[in-house]
Amino acid sequence: MKLKGWKELPIGGIVTQPGNSREVETGTWRIARPIVDPSKCTDCLICWVFCPDDSIPSNGKIRFETELYHCKGCGICAVECPYKAIEMVSEADVILEELKLIEKK
Amino acid sequence: MAVELIKERKTVAMTGNQAIAEAMRQINYDVVAAYPISPQTELMGFFAEYLANGLVDTEFVTVESEHSAMSAIIGAAASGARAMTATAAQGLLYMYENLPIASNWRLPITMVLVNRALSAPLNIHCDHSDAMTARDSGWLQLFTENSQEAYHSLIMAVKIAEKALLPVIVNMEGYIVSHTIGNVNLFADAEVRDWLGESDWRTTVPHPLLDTDHPVTYGATALPDYYTELKYQQHVATWSAKDVVKEVLREFNELAGTDYALVEPYKLEDADFAIVVMGSTAGVARTAADILRERGVKAGVLKVRLFRPFPVDEIVENLKHLKAVAVLDRHDSMNGLASPLFQDIAASLYHLPERPMLHDFVYGLGGREVTVEDMLKAFNRLINLYTGKETRSSFVDYLQVRE
Repeated sequence: MKLKGWKELPIGGIVTQPGNSREVETGTWRIARPIVDPSKCTDCLICWVFCPDDSIPSNGKIRFETELYHCKGCGICAVECPYKAIEMVSEADVILEELKLIEKK
Repeated sequence: MAVELIKERKTVAMTGNQAIAEAMRQINYDVVAAYPISPQTELMGFFAEYLANGLVDTEFVTVESEHSAMSAIIGAAASGARAMTATAAQGLLYMYENLPIASNWRLPITMVLVNRALSAPLNIHCDHSDAMTARDSGWLQLFTENSQEAYHSLIMAVKIAEKALLPVIVNMEGYIVSHTIGNVNLFADAEVRDWLGESDWRTTVPHPLLDTDHPVTYGATALPDYYTELKYQQHVATWSAKDVVKEVLREFNELAGTDYALVEPYKLEDADFAIVVMGSTAGVARTAADILRERGVKAGVLKVRLFRPFPVDEIVENLKHLKAVAVLDRHDSMNGLASPLFQDIAASLYHLPERPMLHDFVYGLGGREVTVEDMLKAFNRLINLYTGKETRSSFVDYLQVRE
């Protein structure tokens, strides 16, 4: 999200749009991210119930991919998953993997 | 609807507290919240009488503390109300944590601060130490010399606050002004109401809480990514408020036939030495300057009316040609270079290639009487420092302390 300058903000830091905290990227806080093993996931949506943010999108039937813009990496979903389908992977490892991919290219 | 009591201008002998209560009645605030503290108690007593007699439409909230008074007023102002409180000394300190909030939220609140010394030792009399604590709170501050100025200043303050969208403190010296009778020229009620305009919650603040069709949140968190921008917004607002004050003073002078300015020079044009002062002491300082002029010393006085935002350019313009300046602070910063008015003046003059010598005098603490002799003593000490007859070990003297 592009940060606003001082002239663009309503005076006094007043929030004029309800629910605009969705615009705030909290995913940058994360040190580990949930990686789902699709072969184990049954779409039971227990993770959707327990997620303290709204980082697990669902249409009520299917668990969609984790929404990493807001996911803070708390790991509750991994602990609560009855099928051990979610693994918390360190962000450092994710970055290292990405770097390796770039090197290979 | 508020009752029209004064139909044409008249001059009445009044104390400062009575004059402020009269201004409050004429302004006909939407909301007033206050907790009693000397020397402000009497002021709210007078106003409560007007309220009980049905002369105003005000919602008067009798809170259980000054902290609640300021909280109530912040809520009222954020709703769009024309809101006011008054306090003194410890009362201001008790409401303190809310002051920067009122300023950052840009609420047009007016507050009368009936200046009183801070404890300890316990003292109910005047000095400016309460006002100085609010120096960095983002509130605008006007100082007044007598009941007439206090009455005028509160009326002006409402307009300044609403135009600048910032809270304003009107300083009125405890007992010296608040409880001392002087002549006050009162406006007709209609004049005040016409000049200020009807209070309308839809336009007083840009986002009134009462506007339920457009709900807003006041008091949201701003983390490191936004705090700086919201402080800068306030910084720009407080500095540009000087132009608002100038404009309102001009409009007010037209209405009242007064000659108010941000700073008010007295015989400074050809002066060599001057006293800079705020509040009622300006009168004795002017008398001392006259006495010195009879003795051949070119003395003058600069009275500072607007303390925040500090009128740097006006101060420089009036003081730059002087040989030496005595700054009178009715407060001691204790362990800074000197006291607040001195610091601001010294900083304002710093960039000049040639500037007057400065000395700071702490005076009038806890209501100590300030006489013409005291002012002559300050002038003499200043002149002796300038000519080298006397030396100094610091920039600050206590003008009236007994050895």
